Order: sequence, then C-alpha cells, then structure tokens
Amino acid sequence: MLTGVEAKFITEQDWMGTPGKRKSRILFGLVLATFALLVAACAPDAPQDVLKPEGLFAREADRLWRIVFPIAVVIFFVVEGVLIFAVIKYRQRPGREAKQFHGNTKIEVALTAIPALILAGIAVPTVRTIFDLAEERPGSMQVTVNAHQFWWEYNYPELGITTANELHIPVGQPVRVRLEGLLTDPVDGTEEVIHSFWVPRLMGAQDVVPGRAEFVLLQADRPGEYWGECKEFCGLSHANMRLRVIAQPQEEFDAWVQDMQATEEHEATLEGADLFVNGADNIGQPCSACHSVEASQEQPRIGPNLGGFSERGTFAGAIFENNEENLSAWLRNPPAVKPGAKMPNLNLTSEQVDALIEYLQSLE
Amino acid sequence: MATVVAPRRGIFARPTGATGWLSWVTTVDHKRIGIMYCVTAFAFFIIGGLEALLIRAQLAQPNGEVLSAEAYNQFFTMHGITMIFLVVMPMGVGLMNYLIPLMIGARDVAFPRLNAFSYWVFLLGGLFIYSSFFLGGAPDGGWFGYAPLSTQLPGDGMTFYSLGLQILGVASLAGAVNFIITIINMRAPGMTLMRMPVFVWMSLVTTFLLLFAMPVIAVALFQLMFDRVYEANFFRPSAGGDPLLWQHLFWLFGHPEVYIMILPAMGIVSDVLPTFARKPIFGYAAIVFAGIAIGFMGWGVWAHHMFAAGLGPVANSAFALSTMFIAVPTGVKIFNWIGTLWGGAIRITTPFLFAVGFVAMFIIGGLSGVSHSIVPHDQQQTDTYYIVAHFHYVLFGGAIFGLVAGFYYWWPKVFGYLLSEALGKLHFWLMFIGFNLAFAPMHILGLQGMPRRYYTYPDGMGWNFWNLISTLGGFVIALSFVVFIVNVIRSHKKREEAGDDPWDGRTLEWSIPSPPPEYNFARVPVVQARDDWWHKKYVETPEGEPTRVFAGGANGDDAHGSEEDAGHGIHMPDPSYFPLVASFGLPIMGYGVIFQPVLIGVGALILMLGLFGWVLEPSAEEAH
Repeated sequence: MLTGVEAKFITEQDWMGTPGKRKSRILFGLVLATFALLVAACAPDAPQDVLKPEGLFAREADRLWRIVFPIAVVIFFVVEGVLIFAVIKYRQRPGREAKQFHGNTKIEVALTAIPALILAGIAVPTVRTIFDLAEERPGSMQVTVNAHQFWWEYNYPELGITTANELHIPVGQPVRVRLEGLLTDPVDGTEEVIHSFWVPRLMGAQDVVPGRAEFVLLQADRPGEYWGECKEFCGLSHANMRLRVIAQPQEEFDAWVQDMQATEEHEATLEGADLFVNGADNIGQPCSACHSVEASQEQPRIGPNLGGFSERGTFAGAIFENNEENLSAWLRNPPAVKPGAKMPNLNLTSEQVDALIEYLQSLE
Repeated sequence: MATVVAPRRGIFARPTGATGWLSWVTTVDHKRIGIMYCVTAFAFFIIGGLEALLIRAQLAQPNGEVLSAEAYNQFFTMHGITMIFLVVMPMGVGLMNYLIPLMIGARDVAFPRLNAFSYWVFLLGGLFIYSSFFLGGAPDGGWFGYAPLSTQLPGDGMTFYSLGLQILGVASLAGAVNFIITIINMRAPGMTLMRMPVFVWMSLVTTFLLLFAMPVIAVALFQLMFDRVYEANFFRPSAGGDPLLWQHLFWLFGHPEVYIMILPAMGIVSDVLPTFARKPIFGYAAIVFAGIAIGFMGWGVWAHHMFAAGLGPVANSAFALSTMFIAVPTGVKIFNWIGTLWGGAIRITTPFLFAVGFVAMFIIGGLSGVSHSIVPHDQQQTDTYYIVAHFHYVLFGGAIFGLVAGFYYWWPKVFGYLLSEALGKLHFWLMFIGFNLAFAPMHILGLQGMPRRYYTYPDGMGWNFWNLISTLGGFVIALSFVVFIVNVIRSHKKREEAGDDPWDGRTLEWSIPSPPPEYNFARVPVVQARDDWWHKKYVETPEGEPTRVFAGGANGDDAHGSEEDAGHGIHMPDPSYFPLVASFGLPIMGYGVIFQPVLIGVGALILMLGLFGWVLEPSAEEAH
C-alpha cells in the first residue's frame, strides 16, 4: 500500500466509488436497456431498410450478415461481460493484494488462434459471395446507368429507350447494370464527379467513376417500388439525388416498354408544347435544348429525358412528388428548391409555368 | 588577468528567459511544447465539437433549416479535418512530447528546436486552414477530398485544404523523425527496448507510421493543388487522369493514419490500467508485438475504403481477408488489457474509468469494423451512418477516451496538483452516456439506409427518432466537457498538491518532482527492470504479491540527489526564436499559392532565413 506521505492526499474513499452491488446493478440495467432499445429499433418501417432485403444481391449480403452479426453479438456480450466482471470483482479490498503475474502463454495463444479461426470461417463464404455476385447471370437484361449532378440517366440498349431517375425492371429477372462514368457534364462541360448507385433493399452500392465502367447485379424478387440514393458525396445536392426502382411483372414491364418506345402522341396544340420546343423571348433557351420528350430519342442528353413524364411518381432526382404544386415551384426557380441544381432559373412567367405543367402532365 | 570573451556567433542573442510569454514562444523544452500541443488541440476540440453540434442540430429533424447545403458541407468537412489533424493527432503528439523523455530517463528529445518547429507549424497550419472561413469559404469537399469533386469545386476552399494539410504534414514528419531518434538513441542506461513503457513502444510504431504515411498524402495533396491551381490533370479523366489514383494515395495514407490516431491512446491505456490494478501489464511482449503487427498490417488494408469503387472481385477479396486478420492483433491487446485487470486490486479513479471506457467502446468499434470486411454487406454499409458509428466508436470511444484518461492520469505530474475526483467521475459518466446516445443509434440509422454527408433528409424514411436521440447525445457530450473545464478551473484554484507519485505509479516519470524541473532528472537513472520505479518501491513475496520496500522510493530515491546539488552543472539547450520564425514561412507560401504568387517567394525567404538562423546560432549563450 502507499506510504504515509502519499496516502494523505488520496483517500480510500476517493477510489472505492459506490458500493459494488449498486454499481453492478446500475451497469447491468444500462446494458439491458441499451440492448432493448436497439432491438426495438429494428421494428420501424424504413423504405431503405438494409435488413429487409427484397432483391438477390441484398439477400446474399444479408445472408453473410446473418452469419457474422450473431457471432459479433455473442463476442460482444462475452468480452464486455468479462471486462465488467473483472472491474467489479477485482476491486481493491483490505487484506488482498494484486496477483503479480505477467501473462499466461496458453491463454494468450488460444485467444490469438480462436479469433483467427472464427475469421477464417467467415472469410470463406464472404469470398465465395464476392465472386458469385460479380458473375453475369444468363438472360440478364442490360441497362446502362449514367450519373449526373444531381440525377440519374438510364439507357436500355437492347430496347432503345432512355429514361431518368425512375428505373423500371421486370420482376425476377437479373439486370446487369452497367455503371458508366461520364467524363464531363454535358450541361456545362465541367468534370463529372463520382456518384454511387444504391438501392438498399435490392443491392449494395457501386460507384459510378468518371472514365470507368463497372457492373452490378440488380434483381428484385417481388413487384414494388424500391427507393435508392446516391451514396458518394458529389456536391451540394448529394442529398437530393435519389432514385426509384420500379419492379413490374413481365407483362406490365413489356407494356411500359412499348409505351416508351412509341412516339409521343400529345396534343400538339397545347401552348406548352410550343413553348417547350421553341422557347420564348424571355427564356434563354427552349426546354428542348436540354430535354427530350421521346424515350426512344436519347439526345439531347443534357437534362433528364422526359418521355412518359406524367406516369412518374417523382421528379428532379426523385425528391419531389410529381404534382402541380411541386412542378410549379421547380419550374419557377430550380436552384432555389434544389441547391446546386444545374437547370437554371429561366425566369418563366406564371402563365408559361402553367402551360408547361399542362404539357408535361400530358406526356405519356 | 583579462578574460577572453569569445566573439558572438549569430545575428542576435539567443533568448535565455525562463518566465513570461516570450519564454513560451521561444521554448525548446519538450514539457512546455507538450503542454502547448495539448492546450491548442483542446481548443480545436472545442471548435470541432461546436461544428459537430451544428451538424447534429441540422440533422435533429427532417428537412432541417439550421444550415444551408453550402454551410453544411463546409462544417462537416472542417469537423473531420479538425478532429483528425488538429485534435487527435496533436493530442497524441503532445502527450508523447511530454512523456517520452520522462519515461525513458532522458532530459529532452533529440532535436529540441525541431520539436518547437513542429508545434508552431501545427498551430500556424491549423490557423491557416481556419482562415479560409474568412477568405471565401472553408473546404467543402469532405475531409477525404475525393477527386474529381475536389479538383473542380469552385472557390478556394479545397485549395486551402490541399495546402493546409500539406503544412500540417510537415509538422507531423518533423515530429516523427524527432521521436524515432529520441526513443532509439536517448534511453537511459539499462532501459532496453523491452523495458520501455508500452506507451513509448506504441509511440515508436506511431512515428514510423507517420514517417511513411505522410509522404504519400503529401504527393496526393501536391497533385490536387496542381490540378486546382496550375491546371494539371492528375485526376481529370477527360485529360487522361484517374480519380481512383486519388483514392489509392489517400487511403494508403489514410489507413495507417487511423492507427497513428489510436496507437498512442492504446499505449496510454496500457500504462494506466496496470497502475490502478497494481499489477504489471498482462502479456507485455504480446501487446508490443501486436502493436508492431498492427503497424505493418495497417499498410495492407487500405482498399477496404474502396469496396464499392469497382476494383474487382480479386482485389476486394484480398482486402477483405487482410481487413479480417488485422482484428487478430487488436483482439490480443483487448484480451491482455482484461488480463491486466484480472486478479488485480483495482482502485476506481477517473483515469481508470476512462481507460476502461476505452476498452469497452473499442470492443464495439472493433466488432463493427470486422463487419465491414464482409464486402457485399459493406456495399450496403459504406457511406452510411453505420460507418460513421464505427469510426466514432474507435476514434472517440477509443482515442478520445484514451487521451482523456491520459490527461487525468498525468495532470498531477504536469501541473503539480490533482484534478477533482468527484468532477472527474461526473465528466466520465456524462461523456460515456452522451457518447453512446450520440453514436449507438447511428448503427441503426445506417442499416436503415441513411447515407453520410447528407445535409438533410426527408420525412417518412424512418430516421427521425434516432437522429433526434443522436443530437441529444451530442449535447450531453458537450455538457461533459463543460464539467471538465469547471474541474480544471476549480482544481487549479484549490491546488491540492499531488506530490511526485500520487497514483503509486510504475514508470520513471513518477520518480521525479511534480512538475518536473527543466532538466527532468537530476541524475540520469540506471534502469534495472521493466516498471523500474515500481520495483524500487516493491518487492514480490514468494506468493507473488507486492510488498513495500522500507523507504524504497521515498523522496524520489536516486532521482533527486540532494536539493542543493539538483540541477547544477546540467545544461539544457537555450530557447530559440528560429523555429517560430521559420514556421511562419509555410502558411505565407500557402497564401501565395491561393492569392498572390509573390507571397510564395516571401514565405520561402522567411523559411530560408529562419533555417539559416537556426543552423548558425550558438547552442547556448555564455554562462547565465
């Protein structure tokens, strides 16, 4: 114990803290409460919940998680438990000194080997799954994804259609998504940046790197609408670059494809149609300079393709519900409602906005 | 007989004062430099913490309106830069600065002026980066600065980033060289490598990591700067550059960087726990070799930050495996810390609580880290709040808890008085609870699909509740540090004298007065065992229990000698102006690159003059 010289500055009371039983009860209660909270958290319905996979890739990833997570939980309780136990049990007590041992080779070797073995066990299925998911499935539909600041462009090379933000796929069919990084943004010629394509319930993310092309497997098990987001920080509206994957039964998907392949049969007499194609004196450029309204017409690829716009549930990077109020706010001043949006403020009048909304909502 | 006065070398007299602000500004004493590092780092911690609170305030609710997207991007970038480069690293270096000479029985570090230079460059580098807020906007491309976003973000923010981190890198490299040489060359007789405190070992590994990692990011930062300012094309794919090159270089630095941040804290815990358990560290050799193994293996895992970048299944598998296996030496350390407590006679003090807190939180951070190695699932986890949870558990729950343990533990040695135990324990519990409230829910948020670096999120995603809880936790952490500051002020006023060895410590720093004299050891100690100071005080009974040696260690044993003799004939290097002068050159060059090329020349000139003065000045003024 201490000599008298030091002991008078620190008393036993300072070190002993609260009596053991109460402290261990408090700690146990804390641990239990934390765990209960965490378990409760698994309940709420989150549209991008990783723990509720509904696509092939996501299910495979989840399968690995279901091996690793329980092991981690057990290790957590065991190791934390031993730690807390040691802190409580081996508190200083009168009449008992500390045992001066320096180590225990057997235990140390075991505690090095056992984790290594557990990890080796985890490694095998992990590597298998990595390679499996990288393989192209036979009968895959091909889709090319291009990422812009701040919206998603989709091209179906086999079907000859282009669309944006909402990706339709047939249920149960593997889709080989080709993530093609554009070099520059056609809007202003600036360097395109890295984005990451992610649909949590269906697939893990894959980066879209300028100048590179990479593939990822997308396949939905059930019909439905699956939400996704850009996952690589890409600038001011990184948080506003969302997407939807709409998985449809085969007939519905085929009908959608046909619809998109067909030429727009809108009423050419709509005032908005003229405005869209030809612009007006007070507008810098007509809408058609950047946007195509034909899904079968890829160019111009400057802004999102608006073919079939009225059927879309969302727009502007899937951040706004497709309704009149939102369209009005957007058309009046896009950068004001979406920071950094590259569609400029065109100084449209109210009448022009209304006309365009009418036109857009006629696009099937 | 007339005495011969030697002609003065150098332009003006080397300062000799020992008191007053000038003595601090020209100091070359490792203890003062260590204090300045820690005080400055703590000030940056408050600033970085305020940035965090702003972020949390913005994210407390969906569609938050506390910060605009522009402001948010600057704040989260600066929060990362601040906490990593201006807080955790310098706090570690500050403690290394103060303690390493004391722990190895040396009187100072190998290069005292270089030591001062490191500090001033750190301070000026930090101020340089923060000046960006007033000069057009702070960096806003994330602390990781991925190209091509970082090369093309408008404004000067990311240029400040590239230059500021470059300047800080100089400080780190200088410090690394200094400590490696100090540890290898300046140990007291008998202080073999395997008798050094674990903190010194971990510092040695850390400084080697710094030595090899800093040049890698220096290259990347130069390339970024040239892309931004001088129209180079390193990372511009449209001109043949490769964005992934940035990522490889950054993470080749970045992964060893996280071990640079954690190893000193692991060293602290490895010295704190044995003191309060009153028994030696369990498995000293294993802990040392595990630290070295982590240092080596840390170079082989960098692409686990790039699992979604498209390197292909072979590369992804290789890095998955290396990432899994780095958990093995980490586990060894955790088990050995627990083994240190086993069978002990534990005194539950504030530093002890923080050290145990470190172990408990690091277990969680380590487990979530292993889960990241499951590549397909990492493609779900990456860039979400699950990752934010992981690294805050290891860097806050780990490094910060460990550093704070070190503060409480060595405070009495540095300042001569004790911090209040009651307030210290309050600090611990508030910080522990606040920390877990803030970061545990982030695991859930990540798995519920909330990405990182989002300035806002919409309603209806299922994220509202846990974001609110997390914000609450952030404010509780802030409160805990208010308690700490109150503790410092009150304890300073109360001035409860600590004495040389208030904790009944094991290592050499406890054998000298608190605060130590300028020369540290009146007589250089001769070391006969690991935990030499402990063994001067205690011998082991046949049953393996320690028993106090009569008068052993009393009055500091051999270290003091007689009071009158103490210090006579021991000459310490004089203070110097030139580290400070030279360090000013670097930020001026930085401003030159951004605003006015002439300043590059001016800064270079100041740097050169400073270095010449440094080289040419006498090692000491005439006897004073």
